[in-house]
Amino acid sequence: MVHYFIGQLGHFFVVLAFVTAILSSISHAKAVKNPGWISFSKYTYYVHVSAVFGICISLFTIINQHYFEYHYAWNVSSKYLPLQYQISSFWNGQEGSFLLWMFWNAILGLVIIHTKSIWKAPVMTIFGISQVFLTSMILGVVFLDLKLGSSPFMLLRDVITDNIFKINPEFVPSDGSGLNPLLQNYWMVIHPPILFLGFASTVVPFSYAIAGVWLGKFKEWIRPALPWTQFSALVLGVGILMGAYWAYETLNFGGYWNWDPVENAIYVPWLTLVAGMHTMIAYKKNPTALKASIILIATTFLLILYSTFLTRSGVLGETSVHSFTDLGLSGQLLIYLSLFLIGTIILFAVRWKHIPKAEEEVSVYSREFWIYMGSTVLCLMAFQVIIPTSIPVWNEIIEFFGGSSNLAPPVDQVGFYTKYQLWLSILLAVLSGTGQFFWWKKIDASVLKAELRGPIIITLFLSATLFLVAKIHEPSYLLLLTTAIYSVVANGKILLGLRKTNLKLTGGSVTHIGVALMLLGILFSSGYSKILSVNYTGMIWKKDFPDEVNQNNLLLFLNEPRQMADYSLLYRGMRKKTKELGFVPTNQLANTTHPLKLVVTEPILRDDVLLAKSGDTVHVANNENSYFEVIYQKENGREFRLYPRVQMNEQMGVVYSPDINRTLLADLYTHVRTFPDPEQEAKWSEMQTVRVAIGETFFINDYVATFTGVESIASIPNVVLGPEDVAVQASIEIKGEFDDYSVDPIYVIKNKMAGKIPDTEDELAARITIQSIHPEDNSFTFGLETGQKDWIIIEAVEKPWINVLWIGTLLLAFGFVIAITRRYDEFKKMRDKGQEG
Amino acid sequence: MKKSHIFGIIIIAAAISVIVSTAGDASSYVTFGEAKSLASKGNKSKIHVVGTLKKNGSAEIVGIEKSPDLLSFKFIMVDENNVEQTVLYAQPMPQDFHRSEQVVVVGAYHNDMFVAEKILLKCPSKYQENELKA
Repeated sequence: MVHYFIGQLGHFFVVLAFVTAILSSISHAKAVKNPGWISFSKYTYYVHVSAVFGICISLFTIINQHYFEYHYAWNVSSKYLPLQYQISSFWNGQEGSFLLWMFWNAILGLVIIHTKSIWKAPVMTIFGISQVFLTSMILGVVFLDLKLGSSPFMLLRDVITDNIFKINPEFVPSDGSGLNPLLQNYWMVIHPPILFLGFASTVVPFSYAIAGVWLGKFKEWIRPALPWTQFSALVLGVGILMGAYWAYETLNFGGYWNWDPVENAIYVPWLTLVAGMHTMIAYKKNPTALKASIILIATTFLLILYSTFLTRSGVLGETSVHSFTDLGLSGQLLIYLSLFLIGTIILFAVRWKHIPKAEEEVSVYSREFWIYMGSTVLCLMAFQVIIPTSIPVWNEIIEFFGGSSNLAPPVDQVGFYTKYQLWLSILLAVLSGTGQFFWWKKIDASVLKAELRGPIIITLFLSATLFLVAKIHEPSYLLLLTTAIYSVVANGKILLGLRKTNLKLTGGSVTHIGVALMLLGILFSSGYSKILSVNYTGMIWKKDFPDEVNQNNLLLFLNEPRQMADYSLLYRGMRKKTKELGFVPTNQLANTTHPLKLVVTEPILRDDVLLAKSGDTVHVANNENSYFEVIYQKENGREFRLYPRVQMNEQMGVVYSPDINRTLLADLYTHVRTFPDPEQEAKWSEMQTVRVAIGETFFINDYVATFTGVESIASIPNVVLGPEDVAVQASIEIKGEFDDYSVDPIYVIKNKMAGKIPDTEDELAARITIQSIHPEDNSFTFGLETGQKDWIIIEAVEKPWINVLWIGTLLLAFGFVIAITRRYDEFKKMRDKGQEG
Repeated sequence: MKKSHIFGIIIIAAAISVIVSTAGDASSYVTFGEAKSLASKGNKSKIHVVGTLKKNGSAEIVGIEKSPDLLSFKFIMVDENNVEQTVLYAQPMPQDFHRSEQVVVVGAYHNDMFVAEKILLKCPSKYQENELKA
């Protein structure tokens, strides 16, 4: 049965949200001059918020109730998806992610409306315009042959043309196509909402800046907008880093940051936002900083729109490992972007001459100078990243004007970007360390010297120690090490000084220490990450090729130990992660009709304790996941197990995820590159025969096998035995490296015809058949076949000091929280004094 | 000259050098023919080639050859001009490899072999399903 109502309700809410967004924006604009409008505009906005919530609830109901007649539910979810991944499937599709963005906007708008401030009406006007555009992205109406938005409430039959809908328009598929396996990770439940909150929140400082320029209050907008800017920088920064952490844990490129266009597209606006935040702090004494603030805050929002365009229009198609599909919205996104861009430029052009001008040069010993330098470096970093990231856009532009361009992004993305970002980070570390001293005191050359003497001595001592201990010889790395340590020490000194006076003011120094620690963490974990799984066995094609064609992978056969760096590695086989028993060998489990229930086929023992007997049922969270158990044993006896994952999904193919052994000083990161295709039939060697009597031993695939006995059996699965028929089963015990295996081939005489049923032991790659029975001396002839043992190819990487990066991240976030609290308090105090602007 | 002017000049110089370096470090999309002529002129820079895997008459992929230790493999790729080229990739074969409908290889020629440093696969319907399975 097709549930029409919920989709129509959802669509109604979309239209309502669109109309009320327009109304709210217009009425707020009216309220700027005429306060009588404020109450009407407020209630319009309430209706808008309710409508947005209504859309979200409708869409989630469709996913949660498995209404696969709707394309969205069918496309992103499936019947047995656990609740938390139903939530993440909500924003997996493009429409849903726009919806998430709108949802945050709706809530941010509520906060603005309920903050007592004279800025409410003008800010909500600008804010509302962005909400109008966002809502239009999911409107899904055709207007004068123009498709406006893509609705999440489309029925499957309207999206996909399939013959079944001609026969039965009411057809509902029994299951959805499922959620991308990479997104079935708890970080994907937490990370997108945070990132989109970051996206959404950039519109708030933007709205303040535009409102300020529009109303001629060039300076006054900054104080109320500053806490918002900091909030936005915090959330966006945390969102980016969570994405990095997710990539580190889930994707198998071996790191946390790949300079992929998708990553760059959010990194760049974050940099300009942080730059803008710094100039906003310096605006009072410096009109140049004021102008810079206006430009940077506006640029940040425009860059957010640009990055939305980049990632959703399909223009990155061939340059990014992420997949994008064009929903036909790129034109609309481009219009959205151009309208905001042109509108902003026109407004600034008209108003620019009214902005106060700089009277005198900034002194090198003023805090404004240092802030300005820092912001400039941040902008250069942003510029350096956005130019190459936009290469596909440059190609499109050239082709649009009739030219042809075959420019491709740099081959070694990581090396290319690192080359520049590294040097700029060194500058940043120096500035963030030194700038703080100007912040709190009036300083001249001699005072500065005295202030810096201590930190510099400590820095040199620490870096020299690290230089010797960690053997850092690369000059640029050494410089980054020294400057980052300097930033930690210098900001640490400031922090200690402030501890006695006012803790509220410590936001800046705490954040800067966080950034410097992050730089150190990145320096060590990336610059000195070491591939442990280097192949020393030599290879056939190598001799013709340069050294760069190195092999960084290791082939592990089941139960055969292999040496890798300081470790002895042992692959123990494929596992399923069960809720009851943890990791259980896959070959001790069989599928049932329920996709999340498995049945035990062999008794499961652990340390001689019976955990489950044959026929017991166990549960798995996702049966598409399998894990490869690899035991690591260090020379000093330390042992741990890693379970890198593979997910086999019909639609998405084979997806690998790493497993990480974390210690204080370094992470050991392991992921599987490939393993034997389970669909491929095993290849068996030519059969060899051996004639043995009961109690005798023989070798198969280098294992010792003992022929222990024979019994006649009354029934064989899948074979019907008549009264004349006979069946015998031979028992053969094989001693493996760790376990004993029993192989029981069967010989059957049915209707006077001999039949042979071989038995296979996959773990030993051995197959035994009873070829003939010799009653004269009670011996049997067995046919022995061997195959290839189960194997995996892994890559293992050591990432030293990665924890410093995560600690730095936490400090950064913490420092931002302190700073937001302080600036919000300042805004409140001034507002309550009636000096808001 | 004022300090701010010097500052401005430095910024502009930095920005220009970023653009120049981007142009210098950027790779390009070429065909095997162009790649070969670049290599024969001694140009060792790495390029992108877009193509598909070679298939025989019955649409089976042909020409894949794995190294005995499975840690690398060769395959035959057909570029947009239908030029065939053997490509070596010193990594294990990704399991989705056979399913790819488009392959982008990034690398350079070494003698007659194209050595790929990176392979980008486009698999059909990877994230967008357009067929219905009842």
